[in-house]
Amino acid sequence: MTTSLQEQMSSRTAQAGTCMSLQDVTISYGKFEAVKNVFMDIPCGKVTAFIGPSGCGKSTVLRALNRMNDLIPGCGLKGRVVFDGYDLYDKRIDPVEVRRRIGMVFQKPNPFPKTIYENIAFGARINGYKGDMDELVERSLRKAAVWDECKDKLKQSGLALSGGQQQRLCIARAIATEPEVILMDEPCSALDPISTLKIEETMHELKRSYTIIIVTHNMQQAVRVSDMTAFFNAEAVEGGTGKVGYLVEYNDTEQIFNAPGQKATQDYVSGRFG
Amino acid sequence: MTPDIPPALLADQFTLRRRPPSEKLVDLGFRQLTLCLASVVALLLLGIFFTVLHGSEEAFHNFGLRFLTTSSWDPVNEQYGALVAIYGTLVSSLLALVIAVPLGLGTAIFITEDLIPLSLREAIGLMVELLAAIPSVVLGLWAIFVMEPAIRPVLDLLNQLLGWTPFFNTVPQGPGMAPAILILVVMVLPIITAISRDALNQVPPELRQGAYGVGTTRWGAIFSVILPSAVSAITGGVMLALGRAMGETMAVTMIIGNSLNFNLSLLSPGNTIASMLANQFGEADGIQVSALMYAALILMVLTFAVNVFAQWIVRRLSLRY
Ligand SMILES: Nc1ncnc2c1ncn2[C@@H]1O[C@H](COP(=O)(O)OP(=O)(O)OP(=O)(O)O)[C@@H](O)[C@H]1O
Ligand SMILES: [Mg+2]
Repeated sequence: MTTSLQEQMSSRTAQAGTCMSLQDVTISYGKFEAVKNVFMDIPCGKVTAFIGPSGCGKSTVLRALNRMNDLIPGCGLKGRVVFDGYDLYDKRIDPVEVRRRIGMVFQKPNPFPKTIYENIAFGARINGYKGDMDELVERSLRKAAVWDECKDKLKQSGLALSGGQQQRLCIARAIATEPEVILMDEPCSALDPISTLKIEETMHELKRSYTIIIVTHNMQQAVRVSDMTAFFNAEAVEGGTGKVGYLVEYNDTEQIFNAPGQKATQDYVSGRFG
Repeated sequence: MTPDIPPALLADQFTLRRRPPSEKLVDLGFRQLTLCLASVVALLLLGIFFTVLHGSEEAFHNFGLRFLTTSSWDPVNEQYGALVAIYGTLVSSLLALVIAVPLGLGTAIFITEDLIPLSLREAIGLMVELLAAIPSVVLGLWAIFVMEPAIRPVLDLLNQLLGWTPFFNTVPQGPGMAPAILILVVMVLPIITAISRDALNQVPPELRQGAYGVGTTRWGAIFSVILPSAVSAITGGVMLALGRAMGETMAVTMIIGNSLNFNLSLLSPGNTIASMLANQFGEADGIQVSALMYAALILMVLTFAVNVFAQWIVRRLSLRY
């Protein structure tokens, strides 16, 4: 991927076209198919939420979008994930480059065993950041609503923070690299309501320049932050070893929550599930 | 569905809500027992230390700190200095580590990363561990009859190329420091590899994902995130290896040449404290015993100092990251 392509990309971001396109994606762990036949066009510059019951494959699909599943032995993908005109799973694509452009916040907080400052600066440096590092660290921590708690201990280990603070540090770390797309796997599940609201504000601000995809179990959060919502579900199949996840419905968030097309969606969003 | 059991009856089925006194007694007893066992270890260490300290008193009075800086070892005139052995101990164990740490750490990284199939990695790991099972006397024999003759040409070359430095200015002829260092490498390699491998395996996978998530390469992740988070455990392993190298006796005695003359050259015969003790303790009497005890005390203090130093380094390192 060359710089000229990157420029094309950013101009396309402004036009709010399709950012990522999943075409008949099936992801399996060994022989077990975790999610099957997903078709989805994720728009640029919007927040897309993945909702659904536990174990239906939301994290699996999310990880497929920046090739994080490569790290799991035996995990395979069929179908195409198109980003910026390329199939991410093409042999010629460098997964490292993919992850520099598509950042991620994980379900469990995982700060590096470095100082708080280094946690932010590390990723920025890797991505070739040339600007004022102190300023970037402060800006990122502020956006992630953790600056006040961190500003006096930037030189202390990131592991010395509480779980929720660690998670916000990880969000700051992802924001600091200024990726084109940010994937967030339940970023607020360990946070108090106030920090959650701050993170949501940050998402609103970020989506002006980035595309955000978020997994959440919190229906109100999906309604508050997302423009599009995808509802996943899982069902047992004959001869299968476990429940296979699939995409039930994907539409504007308003539609999904007010006038869903499927009964399963209706049941889930109104809390009558299971 | 199981039939509903009334809550009162359900609660009755948990019979251990109140712990009987006997159980608390067992708890207490167990605590005392572990305390006893732990103190035995501490007492043993103190006991050994004071025995050695007491034994070395006479030599200390006679030779003072001169013992550390003189190299005469003369039972006839009762003049003793341990410089040869101290130099040999420090140089052989430190150089052995300099070679073994990159080798062991590299092996550990190689067998914890998915560069080759799992079965092959396990085979390599097993082989390294089997290396630790070879008795040191066997390694010593191997060093005398196989390794030393095999590396002689290399040592000769070193002598020709670097003979102008004091470290290579003697012609290698049989036993010497260099083969002793190499045999120490073989002996400490399994420790370093096994402990580093366990340390690397302990690094949570989430951390690796985090590193890849900000766009690092595999090497970036290993060197900036995975190794730093395993560094204290790895340093612990290296210290264990250093202790082993400084105290190793049998194989080293067989190959180091047991020279009593001081020589900086790695190609000449040398000595270590442990090998000197093994060689001389049997026939020693009078002040020679005391001098040997003094040397043993130095070995203990050296090991202790090295450990403290390592702890300090680990603390410095973990602060930096
Ligand atoms: N590393 C793995 N190896 C094997 N199977 C896995 C792995 N990770 C997930 N799975 C399986 O894939 C399916 C989907 O898991 P996934 O983590 O994507 O669910 P999820 O929708 O994110 O659930 P949750 O809401 O609880 O986070 C599950 O059945 C799970 O058992
Ligand atoms: Mg998940």
